[in-house]
Amino acid sequence: MSVTADGMHVPAAHGHDHGHDDGSKTLLGFWIYLMSDCLIFSALFATFAVLANATAGGPSGKELFELPYVLGETALLLVSSFTFGLAMLNMHAGRRQRVMAWLVATFALGAGFIGMEVHEFAHLIHEGAGPDRSAFLSAYFTLVGTHGLHVTAGLLWLLVMMDQVRRRGLNDDTRRRLSCLSLFWHFLDIVWICVFTFVYLRGAI
Amino acid sequence: MAASSHVSHDHGHDDAHGSLKSYVVGFGLSILLTLASFGTVMSGVVPHHLMMPGIVLFAVAQLLVQLVFFLHMGTSPGKRGNLTIMLFTMLILAIVVVGSLWVLHNMNANMMHPTFPQVPTE
Repeated sequence: MSVTADGMHVPAAHGHDHGHDDGSKTLLGFWIYLMSDCLIFSALFATFAVLANATAGGPSGKELFELPYVLGETALLLVSSFTFGLAMLNMHAGRRQRVMAWLVATFALGAGFIGMEVHEFAHLIHEGAGPDRSAFLSAYFTLVGTHGLHVTAGLLWLLVMMDQVRRRGLNDDTRRRLSCLSLFWHFLDIVWICVFTFVYLRGAI
Repeated sequence: MAASSHVSHDHGHDDAHGSLKSYVVGFGLSILLTLASFGTVMSGVVPHHLMMPGIVLFAVAQLLVQLVFFLHMGTSPGKRGNLTIMLFTMLILAIVVVGSLWVLHNMNANMMHPTFPQVPTE
């Protein structure tokens, strides 16, 4: 009796899963990826913290970092996180044009952030404070550069999603993908909070 | 008809998706906490020994604000899996960061800087 019950239940449950997949499993999987990404950043933060004073006679963070400039970068990323949130609200309300508009705004802000960061890196390298100058600067460029690469990947992903929303509209696939990208984008803003606190502000104290 | 079904869908899942209010509140709190962090270091008003605890406090507060208002973390049944995974990640993160600092600080203190007089060989 129980055997037949089992036999009945397994395929039924299987079919049920496929019929009502609302993307929540994908989001859970993506969340697990983000947490593993978090561990990469934890290793880079630990490396930076250990090497923060290993300037090898070169410039220290206090001499190099310009806090008003970092505040500008922070503002761009924070506002972009908010505009992505507005895009998601409009996505849930099914307003495609507004989703596109907020995605464009998010992209512009994110691109502005990357532009400022590239300019900052170029300035440091031009001053002779490149990643080859000291262990402190190697750790700095690795940590901040890894975050910048993540944001760049997010920008590419945004471009792809804007194209998909433009061509296919807001269907289950694009909604699920936008939800993943939203997690990714907010996650990068959270990592940046740690960057500006433990790299820039702590370095300037 | 489609629009009305979307609206009711939205209200039913307010908790999972967040609302305009939650984003605005989260955004406002994040701005305040960011300015507080930079102000702590840049204004010159805060005593030097309080700067580090201050910025750590503001950073942790802003992390929590963004996790709750932007990433919609919570203890509702549908969110518990995410929360559990995140808490476990935080544990590993703490072990990696605190462990590295602790071990390498000890190594620096005990091995890197010879404080004893150098014994000439030969």
